[in-house]
Amino acid sequence: MLLDAVIKELDLEIRYSSDALGKPISGVYISDLLSDVIANAEAGNLWLTLQVHPNIIAVASLKELAGIILVNGRQPDPETLKKAEEEQVPLLSSRLPTFELAGRLYLMMRRC
Amino acid sequence: MIEDKRVARVQELIYEMKVEQVMTKNVITVGSQSMMSELRDLLRTKRISGVPVVDSGKLVGLVSIEDFIRCLAEGRINSQVADNMSSQVMTLNTDDPLTRAVEEFDCSGYGRFPVINRASGKLEGVITKGDIIRGLLKKIEIDYHEEEIHRYRASHFFEDILADETTLIFKYSVVGKDFNRAGGTSSELKKTLKRLGMLPGITRRVAIATYEAEINIVSYTDGGEITARVTPQEIKIEAVDNGPGIPDIRKAMEPGFSTAPEWIRDLGFGAGMGLNNIQKCADVMKLKSTVEKGTRLVIIVYLNERIKRAP
Repeated sequence: MLLDAVIKELDLEIRYSSDALGKPISGVYISDLLSDVIANAEAGNLWLTLQVHPNIIAVASLKELAGIILVNGRQPDPETLKKAEEEQVPLLSSRLPTFELAGRLYLMMRRC
Repeated sequence: MIEDKRVARVQELIYEMKVEQVMTKNVITVGSQSMMSELRDLLRTKRISGVPVVDSGKLVGLVSIEDFIRCLAEGRINSQVADNMSSQVMTLNTDDPLTRAVEEFDCSGYGRFPVINRASGKLEGVITKGDIIRGLLKKIEIDYHEEEIHRYRASHFFEDILADETTLIFKYSVVGKDFNRAGGTSSELKKTLKRLGMLPGITRRVAIATYEAEINIVSYTDGGEITARVTPQEIKIEAVDNGPGIPDIRKAMEPGFSTAPEWIRDLGFGAGMGLNNIQKCADVMKLKSTVEKGTRLVIIVYLNERIKRAP
């Protein structure tokens, strides 16, 4: 599944998009604990979180994640946006709560 | 350990690689107006079990050996391909990732898919499970070759330096309580190691361990220093601070144990997994701490995979 398709289907707001939008995502990881993401997310994962501070970009870039979706209509700090551009990490936002997003993503990924 | 990494690489590859990179390109096709009797020779001489049916570049169907047998049994050997082919054909696109192809093979049970150019709608090739396996093996071989060259370059860098012993030292100061800048040291070190030509796996492990060490300094102290010493054999990270110290190191190493205050937890830090993450990434980890004096953490990652991890 490509990040592009996820953005369209979930109607995500693009806060920063790198040229990596056409890349396929390897899975989804959901956590608000950064160390947990570092320990358990896999490269290419799409990450759902409610954290909006600049360190989420550091974690995403460290783990080479496909992008970040901020849940529940959360908006990134200005510093976070700047870092996303610097590190070329796609940063998206959705009005939907985590449960809803997770459910939809799960169905999208299981679709054969 | 090594086997796990290989599997992970294959998983990565099926997401990275496109169908067109592994498909068979020069496909034998028939027109829908061809006779089934012509098909017999084609199937026999080329030893294939199915042929895409193409009219002026566009795929209109697929005719298989089963279709041929049915047609033979019904005594209609002189009918046209159009009357015997299946016209509802599942296809893949040239730019689909391999993972989609693997899924379709799994779900449908078919043995082959015609591959279409999304823009022009024209038939570009055919893909089978065998094509996927061959394509992956070839790519892994190329990757391995590149890794060898890479390894050569990294060691070459040190070979160019004439000395009995060589150590490159990178120093970073970490500011306490400033979460906006936290992560800066590990990201700079990661870029530096990349430029030195270190293997991606090594670089990743060092960067993750350094990140966690950095976050600890930011969270619990007024600042500290991180030093990376790179030799041809190993990367040694030292994270030193004059902070409050850790009263019970054994307890601090327990997964989930944390003394982080509420405001740090609200930021998503302080989950009590930092030291465990460091240990997972390090070949050697030494942690010394004196209450009210400070903490000194040493992490070693060996550059040569053949040196076994310390028990």
